[in-house]
Amino acid sequence: MRVNFTVNGRPQEADDVWEGESLLYVLRERLGLPGSKNACEQGECGSCTVRLDGVPVCSCLVAAGQAEGRDVVTVEGLADYARQRSCGTGARGGTSLDEARGWQAGRADSQTGEGTGLSPVQQAFIDAGAVQCGFCTPGLLVAADEMLERNPNPSDADIREALSGNLCRCTGYEKIMDAVRLAAARQSEGV
Amino acid sequence: MDFLRPASWEEALAAKAEHPTAVPIAGGTDVMVEINFDHRRPEYLLDLGRVGDLYEWEVGEDTVRLGASVPYTAIMENLRAELPGLALASHTVASPQIRNRGGVGGNLGTASPAGDAHPALLAAGAEVEVESAARGTRRIPVDAFYTGVKRNALQSDELIRAVHIDKADGPQQYSKVGTRNAMVIAVCAFGLALHPRTRTVRTGIGSAAPTPVRATAAEEFLNAALEEGGFWDNGKIITPSAAKRFADLCSAACNPIDDVRGTASYRRHAVGVMARRTLTWTWESYRGARRATEGAA
Repeated sequence: MRVNFTVNGRPQEADDVWEGESLLYVLRERLGLPGSKNACEQGECGSCTVRLDGVPVCSCLVAAGQAEGRDVVTVEGLADYARQRSCGTGARGGTSLDEARGWQAGRADSQTGEGTGLSPVQQAFIDAGAVQCGFCTPGLLVAADEMLERNPNPSDADIREALSGNLCRCTGYEKIMDAVRLAAARQSEGV
Repeated sequence: MDFLRPASWEEALAAKAEHPTAVPIAGGTDVMVEINFDHRRPEYLLDLGRVGDLYEWEVGEDTVRLGASVPYTAIMENLRAELPGLALASHTVASPQIRNRGGVGGNLGTASPAGDAHPALLAAGAEVEVESAARGTRRIPVDAFYTGVKRNALQSDELIRAVHIDKADGPQQYSKVGTRNAMVIAVCAFGLALHPRTRTVRTGIGSAAPTPVRATAAEEFLNAALEEGGFWDNGKIITPSAAKRFADLCSAACNPIDDVRGTASYRRHAVGVMARRTLTWTWESYRGARRATEGAA
C-alpha cells in the first residue's frame, strides 16, 4: 500500500509498504531517515521515539498505515522544529496540532539533518557529555525536547518521569539528567 | 494482509462483520509487538485511529463513559477526580510514549491478566459497551468480560466502543508490584475502592489468576465487619485483626502461577500485603474526609 504523510515539514510518499510494517521501518528503510533507532521493537526502550501530530510515541508500535495524513517529526528535524517553535507563536505551553501541521521545513536537509544547527537540547547533550555509545540519544532528544516544550522549568522528578520510557544501556543517566537541566536553564535564560 | 481504514464507527462495524478475523488496532502497543515479533500475521488489520468518538469521554451523573481509545495520558490528566483508581493505574502503565497511545479498550481487547486497568475497573465497577452491526449494542459487566487467559466475552463481529465506569463515591487506591517504577509488567496488582453510598468495598486483583478477578469473599467479609462495627458511621480505625482477615481472604482469591516474574507463593503474599495497605490508605482517607465534614458542620 501507499502511505502519504508529512515528515519534518515535508510531504512524503512511501510505496509498496507492507500492511504490517511499522512507522519506524518506513522512516528508516523507505525514507532514508535512520536517526530513529530500531532496538527492542516492543516499546520498551524508547530509541525509536518520534512526534506523531506533536505527541511523543514509539514509532515501532505505530502501524505505517496509521500515519496516513499525519505529521511526524524525527530527530533529523528536531533542530528546525525547535527553531520554528522559538520564533513562532511563542507557544510555551506546547505545540498545538494546527501549529505542528502548519510547520514547514526550513533550510535544513530533512534527509540528513545536515546544514542545520543544533537544537538547544542537542547542544546541551554535547556540552554535558551525555552521549556515550549514542544509540539511545535520538529518542532521548525527542522526548526531552517535548518535555521542555510542555514544562520549561522541570524538577528532577519531572525529567525522570518524562524520560522513563527511554533506556540507556551505557547507563549514562546522570549526564543525561545534567544535559536536560542545562537545556532547561539555557532555555529560561534565553528568553 | 489487508489494512482496513474505516472513517467512522459504522464503517468499522461493517468491516468487522465482513471480516470477523480482522484484528482491531488503535494504540498498537499490543498488536504491533505481536506483528513485529512475527507472533501474529492477521489477514486484516482494522485501524480504529480514524474513528474520532473513540477518543472522547463524557462525565455523566453517576458514570463516566470512556471511549475505548482514550489514551492513558488523557485519563491521568482529565479524570483523576472522577476515576481516581483508574488514573493511578494509568500512571503505572509502561512509559509516557506508551501512555500517549494505549487505552482501556486495548487493555480489555487483549484481556491479559496483567493489564494494568483491570483491577481498577473491577474495583470501581464498570460495564463494557460492545457493538456489532447485526445485533447492535450490549453492555457486559466487567466482572463477566474476562473469560480466560487473554480471552474475553467479545463475539467475532463485535468491537469495544466504550467503558462505562462508576464515578468514585469514596477513596480508591491502586497498587502494583514490579522490579522498577517505569516500563514494568505487573508481577501482581491490586485495586480497591470504598463505596460509602452503598457501604461496600470492591476489589480487583491483577496478574495473580488466569483472569483479573475480584476477591468476593474478602469483600463480603469486610462489608459485614464494617456494618457490624458501625465503622461507616463512627469512622473508627479498622481493627488489625479485620484487616488481616481481609488480606488473607484476598490472598486466597488468587490462583497464580510460577513464572519468570515471580512465584505463585510470592504473588499470594504480595496481594495480601497490597490489600492491607490499600485498605488502610483508603480508610484513612475516608476518616479524614468524614472529620473534615464534621469539623465544617
